[in-house]
Amino acid sequence: MLLKAPFRPPARQKLIIGPHTRPVLPRHVRLQQDETRGKWVVLAPEKVLWPDEISVGILSRCKGNRSVAALSQELAAAYDAPIDQVEADVIEFLQEWADRLLIREEREPS
Amino acid sequence: MTRIGPPLGILAELTHRCPLQCGYCSNPLELLKANRELTTQDWISTFQQAANLGVLQVHLSGGEPTLRKDLDQIIACLAGNGIYSNLITAGVSFSREDLARYQQAGLDHIQISFQGATAETTELVGHLNGAHEKKRNAAGWAVELGLPLTINAPIHKLNIHEVPDFVALALELGAERLEIANVQYYGWAHLNRAALLPSYDAVMAQVDYVHDIRERLTGILNIDFVTPDYYADYPKPCMGGWGADAMAITPDGQVLPCHAAQTITSLQFERVTEKSLSDIWHHSDAFNRYRGDSWMPETCRSCERKDIDFGGCRCQAFAVTGSAAETDPACVKSPFHAELRRLPEEKPIQRRVIGKSPQPA
Repeated sequence: MLLKAPFRPPARQKLIIGPHTRPVLPRHVRLQQDETRGKWVVLAPEKVLWPDEISVGILSRCKGNRSVAALSQELAAAYDAPIDQVEADVIEFLQEWADRLLIREEREPS
Repeated sequence: MTRIGPPLGILAELTHRCPLQCGYCSNPLELLKANRELTTQDWISTFQQAANLGVLQVHLSGGEPTLRKDLDQIIACLAGNGIYSNLITAGVSFSREDLARYQQAGLDHIQISFQGATAETTELVGHLNGAHEKKRNAAGWAVELGLPLTINAPIHKLNIHEVPDFVALALELGAERLEIANVQYYGWAHLNRAALLPSYDAVMAQVDYVHDIRERLTGILNIDFVTPDYYADYPKPCMGGWGADAMAITPDGQVLPCHAAQTITSLQFERVTEKSLSDIWHHSDAFNRYRGDSWMPETCRSCERKDIDFGGCRCQAFAVTGSAAETDPACVKSPFHAELRRLPEEKPIQRRVIGKSPQPA
């Protein structure tokens, strides 16, 4: 009988968020509308988070199809705010989420 | 009167059957046999009601939940109702095909317990030959299938020296989360507490280690730390407050404000087979008895921490003082604080077995 080598997952690297990162919510981190409470909610392993309106604006754009720079542009336009400030805030926010493994990076161009 | 919000999460104990015999099990001492378990339809009806009530997460536990042949139907019901499902398993009694079926049904997350970081310790604690290798295989399948994996490590005297090895194991297996969960002393753990409670020095060394490694592994491994409150100055915010946003359901359908609440023998619990979940959540005496702060003794009611820890754990108060309405004795302000650390004579650990009543400590 052939012995199959045990599966070894690749070692996880810490994700550093920058303007070129294409952030994505992993499939198991779900942003959804909670009808009972009339709020947005993020469901994650053993966690329930209640993002505010600005956080929802960021998270709902984390689809792996645009960079931090691009989604910051959209937010700056939507809120009529200076792009430099918005991008810095977005990077700080997403870094915190990446540190809790709630945000990943989409590596393949789509 | 306390405002009653919608419940957020349910711990569903699908069965008390389990291939392991851990001496710290959080199930009650009187375990239920299979013929007392709810039917598939009972669980499905319960979870549909739960979704309507506002429940967002369900933790499928036991005993060993994968011993239920209808587990994929139960998971599919949760997924169909938009509820986030978490499987809490020992990881020794299912195949890769079973796990793929659970995932197909919509499982969101899996938590696999390891009784030790080594095969020897895992078998010493759980009393199942070959358990460690089975758990490692199950963890490997989860990662291969793309299911997010938590490793749960229940910590006590027999394995506290392996805490760094648990971290290495979680990294090796590709887990996203590691729960270093110091055993909470109710039920079987309370019975066996003299043999399980680690020394003060071992606990303090563990606290320092975990705080440091958690910082260093930020962004690589999430480490959640359930601290041992026997040596704490203040109690834990148990359940985020009694009847605040969570409940537990036993294999025979009793709805509890906390999974250990059956240890409080002065409480009676209602069943999903007799009343609606909404009725039980809003109106049952068991839920309303310790909601809010009107039940609190003066020590808690006048305390500036009452909105932080809600008076602590009702089950621990009952276990140590005989009254569930006392201040949790983990609190320095409790007159029973010193009592908490007074242990009975150490005896061999009594194994968790169905149908064999254990001897009181």
